[in-house]
Amino acid sequence: MIPIDLIQKTAETLMDKAAIEIPDDYLSGLKSAAATEDGDLSSFVLQAMLENYQAAKEDRRAMCGDTGTPRWYVKMGNDTQIEGGPIALEAALRRATAKATNGVPLRPNRVHPLWRTDHNNNVGIGAPEIEYGYEPGGEWIDLITVHKGGLFGTDYRMLFPSDGIQGIKRFYLDSLVAFGKRGLACQPAIIGIGLGGCKDTCMVLGKRAACLRVVGDRNPDPRIAALEDEFKELGNSIGMGAMGFVGKNMVIDCNIEVGYCHTGGMQMSVHAFCLSSRRAVARVHADGRVEYRTDPDWFTDYQRRDTVEWHPDMAAAE
Amino acid sequence: MKPRELRLSTTPTPEAIAELRLGDIVYLDGLLYTAREGVYMRALEEKANIPMELPSQSAANFHCSPAAAIREDGSFDMGAVTATASFRFAKWLPEWIAKTGAKLIIGKGGMSSKDYKDYFVPNGAIYLSTVGYGTGALLGRGIEKVEAVHWQDELGLAQAMWVIRCNRMGPFIVASDMEGNCLFERENARIVQNLDRVYEGTRPAVLKRYGETDDRSDEVIG
Repeated sequence: MIPIDLIQKTAETLMDKAAIEIPDDYLSGLKSAAATEDGDLSSFVLQAMLENYQAAKEDRRAMCGDTGTPRWYVKMGNDTQIEGGPIALEAALRRATAKATNGVPLRPNRVHPLWRTDHNNNVGIGAPEIEYGYEPGGEWIDLITVHKGGLFGTDYRMLFPSDGIQGIKRFYLDSLVAFGKRGLACQPAIIGIGLGGCKDTCMVLGKRAACLRVVGDRNPDPRIAALEDEFKELGNSIGMGAMGFVGKNMVIDCNIEVGYCHTGGMQMSVHAFCLSSRRAVARVHADGRVEYRTDPDWFTDYQRRDTVEWHPDMAAAE
Repeated sequence: MKPRELRLSTTPTPEAIAELRLGDIVYLDGLLYTAREGVYMRALEEKANIPMELPSQSAANFHCSPAAAIREDGSFDMGAVTATASFRFAKWLPEWIAKTGAKLIIGKGGMSSKDYKDYFVPNGAIYLSTVGYGTGALLGRGIEKVEAVHWQDELGLAQAMWVIRCNRMGPFIVASDMEGNCLFERENARIVQNLDRVYEGTRPAVLKRYGETDDRSDEVIG
């Protein structure tokens, strides 16, 4: 049984870490980009960003004034029990979100879409989102918070099999250029692409590809992994850099996730995470241990399974 | 070539503004205030009295909602500040600039050269862009003091009018000049020359989207 107080306390710490500490994988990706950048202005921007990460850590202040729309991804082992059950878990995550909004502080971004009511705590109808995943074994819970920016860099399109890879490339470029102009997408970023599923799941896949996979990670399907490499290079050959200035770094990495879709379609979504790539993760064990990390490790073999049944030895056999 | 770095008052003289060139890096001193759609609607559409003396106290309008909280004792905790995209406010800005004498519009992404020529230049105003759109912590360091927050009950913390005293707050990039030139349009014009090569071999989608642009030089905003 995992104590609910420990979950809430850990969640509060994660809110703080996500807003303030740049994840190591993205930081090294951005440093490599800064080393290759030769556009005067985009180079200046990347150096300023590197200084900004340092300032945020030193002062314990948020990296960016727009602290995004905090949300939660929760994953647990099949044997996990939580004190108070799922209702208590959701209440703890909502409390942690509200408390950290005033504590860090974060920007109280969440408002009612029509009446613009602001509770000044990032909690409201459907906010924060809490999404769940499960793994076959173990008694632990992974708490993952992502504070993604909300407005630009994301798009969806229903493509069809006849559009082919060239159609996918086209929509990818359209999305990068449209939102990259004037730097609205806050690039260079980790770009996530969702292919297939239904319209909603396609968006979910792309968003998770951007926010829940780290720089340098590759899809286990070697042909998709090759596409990820190709798309990263393609994005960086546009000639556009940070803030939409002339430059050669748009994409710190490109991650693609797929889901089985309707036989007539080929849904596609593109999501740009941002220059702050805010994510933080902790695993809470039943014995009270808490391990912090920055890799969500969301896309396991189990999450990507394509069979009816699942046996524990299937991953090992592949 | 490294960009030039300058300090600028938030109540700048016309000479100081005329001196600025596209791509200059600017650090600000003095009072600035945040105003975005909430403040514009309240001041311009609902005709509420603006709770500051403008432009004598400040001629710098920041399109920003800070990551901030009001403590129980009424003092302020402001960590990071970052701009929000300005093109969405073009509807209110001509009237706002005329009414308040704002000389520095600070935000994300800039406006179009048409906006600059139509109502920035005639009012002696220019546009400053924040950098990277994520240097919130660096800008936070430039806050000497939060002087006040107005209309937080009516508009909420994110849309309220925050009054900030800054000391070498920056960096910001000069994104328009007194001829109405636009830094982002200049950059886009360079980038678009390369796009045909990048798009080579790709195909337009078999199902078109009704009413949208295929012109790759289109600024999309506005």
